[in-house]
Amino acid sequence: MDLKKQLRIATRNCGFIDPESIEDYFGVRGYEALANAVTQSTPTAIIDEIKKSGIRGRGGGGFPTGTKWGFAAANQSDQKYVVCNADEGDPGAFMDRAVLEGDPHSVVEAMAIGGYAIGASIGVVYIRAEYPLAIKRLKKAIDDAHAYGVLGNNLFGTNFSFDIELKYGAGAFVCGEETALIRSMEGSRGEPYTKPPFPANSGYWQKPTIVNNVETFANIPAILLKGADWFSSIGTEKSKGTKVFALAGKINNVGLIEVPMGITLQEVIFDIGGGCPDGKKFKAVQTGGPSGGALTYKDLETPIDYDNLLAKNSMMGSGGMIVMDEDTCMVDIAKFFIDFTMDETCGKCTPCRIGSKRLYEILDKITLGQGKIEDVDKLKVLAAAIKDTALCGLGQTMPNPVLSTINTFADEFAAHVVDKKCPAGVCSNLLEIVILPEKCVGCTLCARICPVNCISGKTKEVHTIDQAVCIKCGACIDKCKFAAIVKQ
Amino acid sequence: MSKITSVADLKKCQDEYKAKQAAKKDKIIVNVSLATCSIASGGKTVMEAMKDEAARQGISNVEFMQSGCMTYCHSEPTVEVTLPGKEAVCFGKLDEAGARLLVQKYLKSGEQVGTVIPVNYTRVVL
Repeated sequence: MDLKKQLRIATRNCGFIDPESIEDYFGVRGYEALANAVTQSTPTAIIDEIKKSGIRGRGGGGFPTGTKWGFAAANQSDQKYVVCNADEGDPGAFMDRAVLEGDPHSVVEAMAIGGYAIGASIGVVYIRAEYPLAIKRLKKAIDDAHAYGVLGNNLFGTNFSFDIELKYGAGAFVCGEETALIRSMEGSRGEPYTKPPFPANSGYWQKPTIVNNVETFANIPAILLKGADWFSSIGTEKSKGTKVFALAGKINNVGLIEVPMGITLQEVIFDIGGGCPDGKKFKAVQTGGPSGGALTYKDLETPIDYDNLLAKNSMMGSGGMIVMDEDTCMVDIAKFFIDFTMDETCGKCTPCRIGSKRLYEILDKITLGQGKIEDVDKLKVLAAAIKDTALCGLGQTMPNPVLSTINTFADEFAAHVVDKKCPAGVCSNLLEIVILPEKCVGCTLCARICPVNCISGKTKEVHTIDQAVCIKCGACIDKCKFAAIVKQ
Repeated sequence: MSKITSVADLKKCQDEYKAKQAAKKDKIIVNVSLATCSIASGGKTVMEAMKDEAARQGISNVEFMQSGCMTYCHSEPTVEVTLPGKEAVCFGKLDEAGARLLVQKYLKSGEQVGTVIPVNYTRVVL
């Protein structure tokens, strides 16, 4: 294992300092970037520096942060807002929680810097209520910052004032979408609205608002203290810096990693992740959660950055990486993610509300062995229509897991609909339970446990299963002491 | 604590922190990862067991601290121990017995026991 493939910028303090001690944060040059900004720099210079660094939004879309701040700064308004999106909802993603629990002050400081840059005096963190420890530490960070006067009125003796409040999300996935998030903060239902107007022009309470992800904010103090040139020297041409990923699923080194943009999938899965457990073969990795797609063993040499992932029908997303090994059925995985979005769709627009249901029904049919060849084409047409017509990012990206699995695992879909087989051995309706004659000793145990009495055979002779009657419950497999019964 | 009203005040806070750290350089630092996930896998038990065992063993020059996620989900609970004048070493997959053994062996005589997690990153220090 190569030991130094990781570079920790956003998570530079996680695990090294006491997150509940502002003194510890001072010790790692905490609040120095803010102090320098408000006393020695101008909002324009800050925004230029962020633009020059090339940092793009770490929440999923990858919009250039400096440009977003520039739009909000250019708008004249009596009040503007800085919003931190901490509504982390992707299955298998926990980067933002790690940052908020390990280094909350870096987010507090960066929000104040954002406020200075765009001319806002109020920051709001929209954090999901299911993160009680992150909330507790963030609250303490804000209180301590107040006590020391690095938040509040007239920061560092200037006339710039900034304050932060918390809003709690109730765990709706769609509220991670910025317009739905703003609606939810205002006390309305968390439903997205059409852009434009973009939040930078008219957002929270119709005022210019920047919405940035936790990880984006955590990078800001480092960029300002070490310089945009340093930051932009890391990564690829169009994706600068590092990205934090949460490695989960069938991988040995489950955990959080922070790697430079442009690292190959091979390095992430094998050099850092240590490959799949039990010597199983690596099959695919889902990036971008339910909005993303699968990268496969064929993509191992692909450098990971925003544009390469988009080109593969996936997306960077917030950074969840769910690793799948050879025992994973891709049709089943596509169904899993559509099931997730079907639950989480807000229901406002028809393509997302009904489209997700129809996608799910077709996928379910295929996994039950009732699919036809036409169903795969139906999936493609429907997916394309949803992508083109859904209202918000959630709906537009929802078909990605289906499209990317159809594209890269066409053979597996074909096996399900034509041969009625599940090559990975997951879809139980497509499997046959059989007794291996060479292993069966005729102990009769399976025949006695079978709830539908479909196993026959004489004592000490090889038994057989009547496939027409078998309900595939698997009770015989568990009971057999000789490993003579298998699913095929 | 006095309010910070200038860049010079902030520098003073940084210097105070550095002085405090310098005063600790002869101490054993035990840093226990206590994020939600570390706590769920038993981080607090490990912390208590190590404190208790250190007292039993009569090790007094030890300071305990908590930190956030150390990123090693695969080996939680994790503890990073810095012996005076030595590089920090991260130990994983601890339980109460492992934590006590760690105090008896590594804290007492510098003998590494259990799962040692190699450093697999470069940390950007500002």
